[in-house]
Amino acid sequence: MELVCPAGNYPSLVKAVDQGADAVYIGFKNATNARHFSGLNFSEKHLHKGIEYAHQNNCKVYCAINTYPRQDGWKTWTSSVDMALDIGIDSLIVADSGIMDYIRSRSDDFPIHLSVQASATNLEALNFYHQNFGIKRAVLPRVLSLKQVTQLAQKSPVEIEVFGFGSLRIMAEGRCYLSSYLTGESPNTQGVCSPSSHVRWEENDGVLKSRLNNLLIDQFEEGENAGYPTLCKGRFEVEGSIEYALEEPTSLNTMDILPELHQAGVVAIKIEGRQRSPAYIETVANVWRKAINAVLKDSEQPTEQDKQKLTALSEGRQTTIGAYERSWQ
Amino acid sequence: MKTSLAAVPYFWTKQVYQDFYQQVTDTDIDTVYLGETVCSKRRSMTLQDWMEIGNLLANKGKQVVLSTMTLLEAESELNYLKKIVQQGDFLIEANDMSAIQVSNQASRPFVAGNAINIYNNQSLNLFNKLGMTRWNIPVELGQEDLKPVIPKAQELGVEFEYQVYGRMPLAYSARCFTARHHDLPKDRCQFKCKDDVEGIAVTTREGDSFAQINGIQTQSGKVSNLLNHWQKLEATGIDYARIVPVAPETTLEVIRALTDAINNNQATVDFTDNTREYCNGYWFQMAGLEMIA
Repeated sequence: MELVCPAGNYPSLVKAVDQGADAVYIGFKNATNARHFSGLNFSEKHLHKGIEYAHQNNCKVYCAINTYPRQDGWKTWTSSVDMALDIGIDSLIVADSGIMDYIRSRSDDFPIHLSVQASATNLEALNFYHQNFGIKRAVLPRVLSLKQVTQLAQKSPVEIEVFGFGSLRIMAEGRCYLSSYLTGESPNTQGVCSPSSHVRWEENDGVLKSRLNNLLIDQFEEGENAGYPTLCKGRFEVEGSIEYALEEPTSLNTMDILPELHQAGVVAIKIEGRQRSPAYIETVANVWRKAINAVLKDSEQPTEQDKQKLTALSEGRQTTIGAYERSWQ
Repeated sequence: MKTSLAAVPYFWTKQVYQDFYQQVTDTDIDTVYLGETVCSKRRSMTLQDWMEIGNLLANKGKQVVLSTMTLLEAESELNYLKKIVQQGDFLIEANDMSAIQVSNQASRPFVAGNAINIYNNQSLNLFNKLGMTRWNIPVELGQEDLKPVIPKAQELGVEFEYQVYGRMPLAYSARCFTARHHDLPKDRCQFKCKDDVEGIAVTTREGDSFAQINGIQTQSGKVSNLLNHWQKLEATGIDYARIVPVAPETTLEVIRALTDAINNNQATVDFTDNTREYCNGYWFQMAGLEMIA
């Protein structure tokens, strides 16, 4: 079972490699990937350096080109693919069928991993991508229960990768337009959700309000932990009551079900968070390396202290195994 | 320009569906999509019930399309999908890649629903080769996004469909938000969503509309409305104006008003409603919740 770590930039890549990641995933400095944030991602120069460093240490480099190009921007996406094919990337992580079609027009066998953004949640969807594009692996959306993941992994024609740790997505990935509804920019098109350019904080009489394109997402009394206004994790009014209508600010952590995921035949665990700092990547990769080794080699389990480190890095300092557990749904 | 009526996104009783579609048969709508697209636990209607309504509509000259589920996880859901594809009478609307796979394996044509991510010519061409005859455009695409795609679609003979009325489907989750609001687990939801004719409004604490929860689906809080822009859509190359149902009476009013305007070639559609908030920003390349009069 591979540990796949995020690398938003060169220092993060080095930390992930040094902590024993089997693979890192990266993106280019444009809207072709689902973490199109300013100051993030790889220029061509750093890309060469990063690939070299990873490969010297037996770590693979996957490249996410996993947004959906609109026709006007098509050439940006294809030239990103062209660059990735020529530069020594080990696999492309792709969501758009048109882009997969383009990759196959250039190479019959370059490894394609189906991005979580393609939202393949069942066997026939996996068959579709396998038969049409010969995908090697699929990253499953964070909407399935453990039982469903197990059944799917048993029958799947391709390798299965799942998310292990990081920000919890509650919507089927690649099928959520809430961000563009509120701000005009979405994960599918611009690779962003609840973009920081549309965020505004206001403080009045000790009450802190977070807004996204002027809409109030949440407000915090003094002493309350104020989180980033991700639109699905705010408090709203529903039939007269104020509630987290969609989800609380919380992170995904599946470490407790790692043996079951391994048993099910899952080949890789993905850590979310290309937008996170190198120090974050270092800690998370370190603890998850231990956890995977414990499953694979029966070596020492992560300590309580290790687990607390992960909790401390989590959104709202709480974690869930999310949809893997039926009761969350 | 032709008109279409999308599948009802909400959970109504069999009686309400039957009465509603009985009245739809008497309108001038061209195409009617039927079936459950949101939650497989909603079973007020069997496939046979839908087929009966389909036959009723087809006898009145309507094109009938059977819609399929959007988020399929369980094997039972795939089996139901295969049954829909195997019936030979009506075209199907694929709302997940699994439906495209199953249709293609059965050599059956399909309409690509708006939850199928087609954003460019390469995808359009690919899905056309796999059997797509009509493209129901993803809600977040606007007129400028479509201009470079329309010539390709016309060359291939693929029809374009764009939503002109109704709440937009914005997200799907494993979680049922209606059950969550009622503090119930999804597996014992008591079918609470049957109490809400058109979902439950979620507003900000300042009273601004945000979203509408409808089981595992999250819709736009505001109702999309491009009724008075139908001629611009037609000029852009849209073949079908899609109406997504809200409450039955209002939906019927919208169908009548839009088809009257089209039949008489009138720019303005005679429909007013002060009980819902409206938006149409996506068409104008803005945030979806914006409204251009």
